[in-house]
Amino acid sequence: MNNRSFKGWLYLLPAILFLGAFMVYPLVDVFVYSFEEGYNSASQSFFGTGLYNYRYVLRDEYFLQALKNTFLLVIITVPLSTGLALLISLALNSIKKLRELFQTIYFLPYVTNTLAVGLVFMILFKKTAYTDGLVNLVINFFGGASVDFIDGPYWAKMFVLCFYTVWVVLPFKILILTSALASVRQDFYNAARLDATPKWRVFTRITLPMISPQLFYLIITGFIGAFKAYSDAVAIFGTDLNAAGMNTIVGYVYDMLYGNSGGWPSFASAAAIILFAIVLTITCINLLVSRKHVYYV
Amino acid sequence: MKVVLEHLTKKFPSRNKKDKSEVVAVNDMSLEIPDGKLVGLLGPSGCGKSTALNLICGLEAPTEGRIFFGEDDVTALPPERRGVGLVFQNYALYPHLTVRQNILFPLQNLRGEAKLSKEVMEEKVLEAAKLVQIEQLLERKPGEMSGGQQQRDAIARALVKMPRVLLLDEPLSNLDARLRLQTREEIRRIQRETGVTTVFVTHDQEEAMSISDVIVVMKDGVLQQTGKPQEVYNDPDNLFVAKFLGTPPINVFDGSVRGGTLHIGGDAVMRADGVADGAYTVGIRPEAFRVRDDGPLRCALETVEVMGRDTTIVSTHPAMQGVSIRSVISAEYAEGVGGDEVRFYLKCAKVHLFDPESGERVRFSSAEAL
Ligand SMILES: Nc1ncnc2c1ncn2[C@@H]1O[C@H](COP(=O)(O)OP(=O)(O)O)[C@@H](O)[C@H]1O
Ligand SMILES: [Mg+2]
Repeated sequence: MNNRSFKGWLYLLPAILFLGAFMVYPLVDVFVYSFEEGYNSASQSFFGTGLYNYRYVLRDEYFLQALKNTFLLVIITVPLSTGLALLISLALNSIKKLRELFQTIYFLPYVTNTLAVGLVFMILFKKTAYTDGLVNLVINFFGGASVDFIDGPYWAKMFVLCFYTVWVVLPFKILILTSALASVRQDFYNAARLDATPKWRVFTRITLPMISPQLFYLIITGFIGAFKAYSDAVAIFGTDLNAAGMNTIVGYVYDMLYGNSGGWPSFASAAAIILFAIVLTITCINLLVSRKHVYYV
Repeated sequence: MKVVLEHLTKKFPSRNKKDKSEVVAVNDMSLEIPDGKLVGLLGPSGCGKSTALNLICGLEAPTEGRIFFGEDDVTALPPERRGVGLVFQNYALYPHLTVRQNILFPLQNLRGEAKLSKEVMEEKVLEAAKLVQIEQLLERKPGEMSGGQQQRDAIARALVKMPRVLLLDEPLSNLDARLRLQTREEIRRIQRETGVTTVFVTHDQEEAMSISDVIVVMKDGVLQQTGKPQEVYNDPDNLFVAKFLGTPPINVFDGSVRGGTLHIGGDAVMRADGVADGAYTVGIRPEAFRVRDDGPLRCALETVEVMGRDTTIVSTHPAMQGVSIRSVISAEYAEGVGGDEVRFYLKCAKVHLFDPESGERVRFSSAEAL
C-alpha cells in the first residue's frame, strides 16, 4: 500500500468504524435473526433456524395490511408529490414578481414543527364532539355528508395520510426543482425560441432532460422515504396503527419489537428484511430506468 | 436578404436596483447590411455587440428604432418568425442530444405547410453536416467533441433551416489560436457557399479584418465607422477606430501644425496642407516609418526585432503616448540601424491627424514627406 492510499484509508477510518458498528453490524444481525425462530434477546436463545419467521409474517393479517398501506402510499404520493412539485416549480420559475415571497410560502412547511403540522391536520380533518372539522364544513357547504377522516372509512383515512405525506414532502422537492430549473441556461431556451419550438416540446425535449438528474434523485429518495413511512401515520392516527388499520411496514416492525403485543425480534427482523428487499428491488429498477432517461452533464 | 437598422436604441434598466440610471447598450445605430455579405461587427467587450445581434434576431426588443429584413419591417416580429439562425458564443448545443438530433431539432419544429417528411429531414441534416464537414460525427454528443467540432455543429444547426440571416456571436472566442485561424476560414467558405447574409460579432480586429466583406466598428453602443476592412484601416474616422484596428497598433503622438508643417515634439516631420494651425493627436501606422540617416523624426532606439521578412524597430520619442513606438520595416532597409538613435521619414498616407479633444479625424488636403 502506498503512502497516499494509506492516508486515504486513515481519513476514512472513523466513518468506517461508526458505519460498521451502527449500520453494517446491526444489518447483518437483523439478517441473522430473521432466520432464527423465536429469538430472545434477553437469553440470547432461539428454537431453530429456517424460514419460519418469514412464513409467519407473510401470513400475518396486520403485515399484509401494512404492506398494502405502504404500497398504496408509495404509488400515490411519489408521483403526485413529484408532479405537483414540478408544476409549482415551473410556475415559480415563470413569474418574476413576488417569486421570492411565493418561494418562502411554499417552503414554510419544511421548517414548521411536525406537531404543529399535525395540529393543523386535526383542525382540518378531525371530527370531535363540537365540530366536524374544516374539510367537512366545506363538504357540508356543497351539500355532502360529513366523513370521519380519522376514524372513518379506509379510503378517507388513506386520503388523509396521502394528503399529509404529499404536503410534508412537497417543500423540499420544490426547493430542489426550482434551483434545478433556474440552473438551465437561458441560451438553450433562446436557441429553442429562435427555432420556433412549441412550448410543450421545449418542456419535454429541453427542460425535462436538463433537470432529469434532480428529478431522478427526488424520485428515488421519494420511493425510499415513502416505503419507510411511519411517523406521519402516527401523527395522524395515533400509536395503535394496527387497530386503525393504517399501519405501515416500518410501523409493523416497530410494533413487533416494542408495541403492546411486541417482543418478537425475529418477526420484526423478517419484516425488516422483506422491506429491505422491496426497497432494494425498486431502487434497482429505478436505476435501470434512469440509465436510459437521465442525462448527466 | 438585406438587413437595415434604423436609429436603433436599446436601453437596459441598471442592474443595480438602487440607482435608477439606465445602461444604453446600443445608441442610435443606423446601418445597412448588404445582401449576401459577411459583415464583421467589431468592438471592445461590453460595447453592445451582443445586444445589437439580439435586436436583429428579436430576442431583445429595441427601445427605439426599427429593423428591416429586405423591405419587411420586422421590428415587432417575434424571433421565431424572423427566420434567423443564431450561433451562440458558447454554442448552446443541447448537450443531451447527438449532433444529428441537434441539427434535426429546428426541422422538427416546422408545422403545417412547411412540415417535412422524415427522409427530407435526414437529407437536409446530412447536407448541413457535410457543409460544415462533421458528417462523420453525427452520432456523437456535443460533450464528446472538440470546441471546433461543436462550433461546426452549432453552425449546421443554425443553417439547416435555411435562415434569411445568419448571426454569429463571437463564434471563435472559445477556440485555441490555431483552430481560430482555421475555423474563421471555414466560416468564410460556408458563407460564400450558402450566400446567406451573415453578421459575425467579434472583439478581435484581426479576425474581423481577415474575413469580413464589411466591418462595423462600435464603441459604447455607438457605431463608429463602417466600410471595407482595408478602407476603414486606411482611412479611420476617429482615433478610436485608428487605435482599434491594426497589429501592431498605431503609434500615437502629441503633435502640432504650424504654418502647414506637422511637428512632433521638436521635429518638423511632414508638410500638411489644408489644416488649421494648432495642437493635434497624430497617429502613425507602424508601416509608415522609413529609415533614413537624415530623417526628420528622431527617436531613441531601444531594440530591433527581426521576424523573418520584416523587422520591428522599437524606439521612443519624447512626444509619444504610450510606452514605445513600434515600426515595421522591410528587413533590407533595417540593416544599418544601430546605436542610440534611429531617424525616420514618414509615408504621408499612413499618418493621420485627430482632434485632441474629440478624437475626430482632421484630414489634410495634401501632404509631403520631409
Ligand atoms: N440584460 C441586460 N440588462 C442590463 N444590462 C445589460 C443587459 N445586457 C447587456 N447589458 C449591458 O449592455 C452593455 C452591452 O452589453 P453586450 O451587448 O453584451 O456587449 P458585448 O457583446 O459587446 O460585449 C454592457 O454594458 C452590459 O452590461
Ligand atoms: Mg457579447
